[in-house]
Amino acid sequence: MGRRFPAGRPLAINLIVLGLILSSAGLVYAVPRSILAFMAFQGSLLVVYYAPLTVRARLGYAALALGVVMPILGTHNGYYMEIAIQVGIFVALALGLNIVVGLAGLLDLGYVAFYAVGAYLWAVFGSPQAAKFVPATVASFPLASGWFFVFLLLGVAVAAATGVLLGLPVLRLRGDYLAIVTLGFGEVIRVLANNLDKPWNITNGPKGITPIQRPPLFFDPLLRAVGIEASPFTLYPLYFYFLVLAVVGVVILVNQRLERSHVGRAWEAIREDEVAAQAMGVPLVRMKLLAFAAGASFAGVMGVIFSAKQLFINPESFTFLESIGVLAMVILGGMGSIPGAIIGASVVTILNLQVLKGISLWLNELRNSGIEILGYNLANLPSQFEPAKYERMVFGIILILMMIYRPEGIIPARRRRLESFHRGEEPGGVP
Amino acid sequence: MDWQLVFAILPQVVMDGLVLGFMYALIALGYTMVYGVLELINFAHSEIFMVGAFVGVEILLGLKAHGVLDPLHPFLVLLLIVLAGMLVSGLLAVAIERVAYRPLRGAPRLIPLISAIGVSFFLQDAVRLTESLWRNAFYLTYPSFAVFNRRVEFGEQFDFSIKSLLVVAASLLMLFALQFLVTRTKLGRAIRAVAEDQPTASLMGINVNRIISLTFLIGGAMGGAAGVLFGVQYNTINPFTGFIPGIKAFTAAVLGGIGNIPGAMVGGLVLGLLEAFAASYLSLFTGGAFGAEYKDIFAFSILILILIFRPRGLLGEVVRERA
Amino acid sequence: MRWTLTPVLAVLAALVLVVPLTAEAQGKGTIKVATQSPLSGELAALGEGIKLGTQLAVEKFKGPVEKAGFKVELVPFDDQAKPDVGVANAKNIIADKDILVVIGHLNSGVAIPSSEVYKEVSLVMISPANTNPLITDRGLPNVNRVCGRDDVQGAVAAQFAKDNLKAKSVYIVHNKNQYGQGIAEFFQDTAKKQGMQVLGFEGTEERANFDPILTPVKAKNPDVIFFGGEYPQAAPMFRQAREKGVKSKFLGPDGLDSTELLKLGGDAVVGMHFTTVAGGVREYPKAKEFADDYKKKFGKDPEPFAAQAYDATAIGLKGLEAAIKEAGGKAPTREAVAKAVRKVKHSGITGSVDFDDKGDPKKATYLIYEVAKEWKDNKLVKRLEIAAPAAKKQ
Repeated sequence: MGRRFPAGRPLAINLIVLGLILSSAGLVYAVPRSILAFMAFQGSLLVVYYAPLTVRARLGYAALALGVVMPILGTHNGYYMEIAIQVGIFVALALGLNIVVGLAGLLDLGYVAFYAVGAYLWAVFGSPQAAKFVPATVASFPLASGWFFVFLLLGVAVAAATGVLLGLPVLRLRGDYLAIVTLGFGEVIRVLANNLDKPWNITNGPKGITPIQRPPLFFDPLLRAVGIEASPFTLYPLYFYFLVLAVVGVVILVNQRLERSHVGRAWEAIREDEVAAQAMGVPLVRMKLLAFAAGASFAGVMGVIFSAKQLFINPESFTFLESIGVLAMVILGGMGSIPGAIIGASVVTILNLQVLKGISLWLNELRNSGIEILGYNLANLPSQFEPAKYERMVFGIILILMMIYRPEGIIPARRRRLESFHRGEEPGGVP
Repeated sequence: MDWQLVFAILPQVVMDGLVLGFMYALIALGYTMVYGVLELINFAHSEIFMVGAFVGVEILLGLKAHGVLDPLHPFLVLLLIVLAGMLVSGLLAVAIERVAYRPLRGAPRLIPLISAIGVSFFLQDAVRLTESLWRNAFYLTYPSFAVFNRRVEFGEQFDFSIKSLLVVAASLLMLFALQFLVTRTKLGRAIRAVAEDQPTASLMGINVNRIISLTFLIGGAMGGAAGVLFGVQYNTINPFTGFIPGIKAFTAAVLGGIGNIPGAMVGGLVLGLLEAFAASYLSLFTGGAFGAEYKDIFAFSILILILIFRPRGLLGEVVRERA
Repeated sequence: MRWTLTPVLAVLAALVLVVPLTAEAQGKGTIKVATQSPLSGELAALGEGIKLGTQLAVEKFKGPVEKAGFKVELVPFDDQAKPDVGVANAKNIIADKDILVVIGHLNSGVAIPSSEVYKEVSLVMISPANTNPLITDRGLPNVNRVCGRDDVQGAVAAQFAKDNLKAKSVYIVHNKNQYGQGIAEFFQDTAKKQGMQVLGFEGTEERANFDPILTPVKAKNPDVIFFGGEYPQAAPMFRQAREKGVKSKFLGPDGLDSTELLKLGGDAVVGMHFTTVAGGVREYPKAKEFADDYKKKFGKDPEPFAAQAYDATAIGLKGLEAAIKEAGGKAPTREAVAKAVRKVKHSGITGSVDFDDKGDPKKATYLIYEVAKEWKDNKLVKRLEIAAPAAKKQ
């Protein structure tokens, strides 16, 4: 993260950053429905990343914005909280996939399978569903909500095991052969989830599983003791937000540690040249399996959280397009780069859930108000032009343009930056 | 289990599988052409295929609206729509290459994959928009031809339609044409040279960009022909029609050994047969416990097994990895 | 990078400038009706039907509410048939205090988690299409539906197969989604109870090539083939079945109730039967008016769930009207609207709706039609009134 900038006028810069965060937050608070205000707040986080600050100051501002300001704004408008939670979930997924694709160079087109494994793990045992195939003498279902935390760890373990399971048969495969097998694996998991309602009802098939237990509000008595009365509707989003934030924090830490360890270097060696890596003594089998396991475990833990947050899951959440979406986040952000994966996941999620929706709503409002443009009343626009229908098309165009004008990603990995520097471009690739 | 029934429908199941397999093979040829030259998974190929299918149906519906469909000879009409589908899809593929792949030629391999996905999203909704404006519906159906629907019957349980024979014949024809083109002609030699080593090929006086465009033209035309035949065979199409067959055909291409033209055919046939067997027999063999819904699991499991023992696909050759 | 941002910034600047202008309210303010359904992707045709049905109803029935001094607006959302998108939209919807009614969704998988969000603020959701029993069996006070339930419709169809089609054997195919499989399973249960032989029960996500599924069907030669699912799959399957020489009778649920079935299926579907809750022109005179208006306004015939969305919206607006009256002409609370909607009695184009304490219609009217060469000539064969089953305690 630490990019060196000449340290000049640190006080002024600090004030500007702080001012940006607080003023944009104030704007969101004042106009809670304005998506632009929220975007300004999101933008202020980018400023924190890019501003010439010390690492400590940067972390401090991020903690302020994400730990204090965001929860307040999110309680004010639950929609922003939902976006923040989903961004968090996808950041963790992107970071996991980034290990497999970005660092180790193994193209995985079925990544969402591990997410599904985690989600179904808690969904089955955290709901009455498990009672359908586990005899009542063994345990009664749903399990108590406290088990959620055990299942967070179990999710990591089971997803990692699934990752190894997928990794084993495909060790000899390279490139696109690997891609097709992982694609097939992702489909197999989804089809299994969709079909295992007979002969044994494990996943309840397409009907999905509900209600899924949420984690216990263990701090509620504490809050009451200090005199804060809050309904579960305000507490749960906050709860999930901090849970996701904590998990993302851990994931980032693990990612950084891995990247800078001999394991990370071994992965990059495999990515650049498998044969040479093997010749240099990199244990291919162990390293590849480790990559699959590490990547999968992040998805597993997020799956557990996702199912608890949604209260309901069915196989529709785990399609091939979902895998492609996460892959797009990784590549858009910059393959092999941790900040890249974070920004890629944030940009795609915010674009899909917030910006494109916002534009559709705004255009719809224009239509409803019957404004005339060049003598044509917008209210008469045929329904074929419904803006909400073309969000995916716009997303497609954005993907193409991004790749053409910034193929190395929004925040390229350090090594790639250096590579492009040697080709005579500016570091960071700003034209 | 009802063995009598199992054997009674066996020829029909094999036939179903072959027809499906040739369909996959036809689409897979397009993937393989492009991959062989650029080592690029052209994810937008399923949409090229879909556009071909729409060109076919639009021409047919247009002819029908003007009342000139019935007087024309059905085979003439078929030839016309296949050629039109090939032309449009081929040009579309060239355009996609120019816009979304060429600027990215030096970039890491996964980059064009994402722009291809962008192209897919765009084309799906662009076709949907045009068709909803033009026909106010985007599920379209091919008018049926009595001649193509006629069935050749062999006993109670086995028959096939003329149009499935057409699919088989067209696939074989295209396979041989393509194989001839690549291995026997001057253009084919240039394509192989570009596939082998682009800088050297250009030093030898080959216009690499032109060859790549031509490759996309040929691959796209294959996709377009497949799209039209798909419409004739299975009737109903929509802007998202290409997605599943596209994935299956890509699987078939990999199964056979991607970049290898006969491999695409073999892979397509194996996959088609596997699917037909699974869909028709799973339920019979398991007493209803597992059914047709498991056909993809079945197909993918076999695929994984095959790739474990033949990591380069059935007919795959050892291809150099690009660093 | 910098210059690619310029157009984006320009759009954003435009947003800032225009939004405050258009948000200018007239009278006592604006009341918005939101729809959530897939407007993009493969299910867009069905999702669009929900949106258009709602749009038509808003224009038609907004009179009383506008008379009370409120401007009524429609806000369509695209849930992309994805649960996470649906939930995010739902959060956005509840953040907009003007939205007092939600019509949606198409997919139960999206409706269930989204309705948990609406529940947070007691925002009323009226579903035109979610037939999953779980939608109402959770007992949420804000969730209602005007459509029937899988368990009822599947049973009705099976009974019809036995009584009217005189079927001794049936073959069941479904599309592996929640709607299709749900109905197919209940069809199977009733068929077995009624002593019909179930020759096969297959699920498939296939959309184009039904050959391998149909081969055993042809060999087993059932009296009736039941398809649990929607017309985009049913039409090609039935057409391919006839082309293959299958002679069985065809039967399906209300997902087939669309002119598109006939357009896509051609002669193969003529003479087949489907169950539905949306009455045809002759049964309900109002239905003719709806179909004509729809065709005039949007240039096409209504999609399967458009009529239900139309009725759902009419009920929502009636509820609004009552709640406004109760609030003494002021903007009502969401909770009051939810309560008022539950009490609405409405005789619409899909029958009379009167909600029970779970939000199911007390009595659902099922009509069984025979497809004719022209869709408008479809013949009503049977009419059944069935009450929704009481909620089972899990």
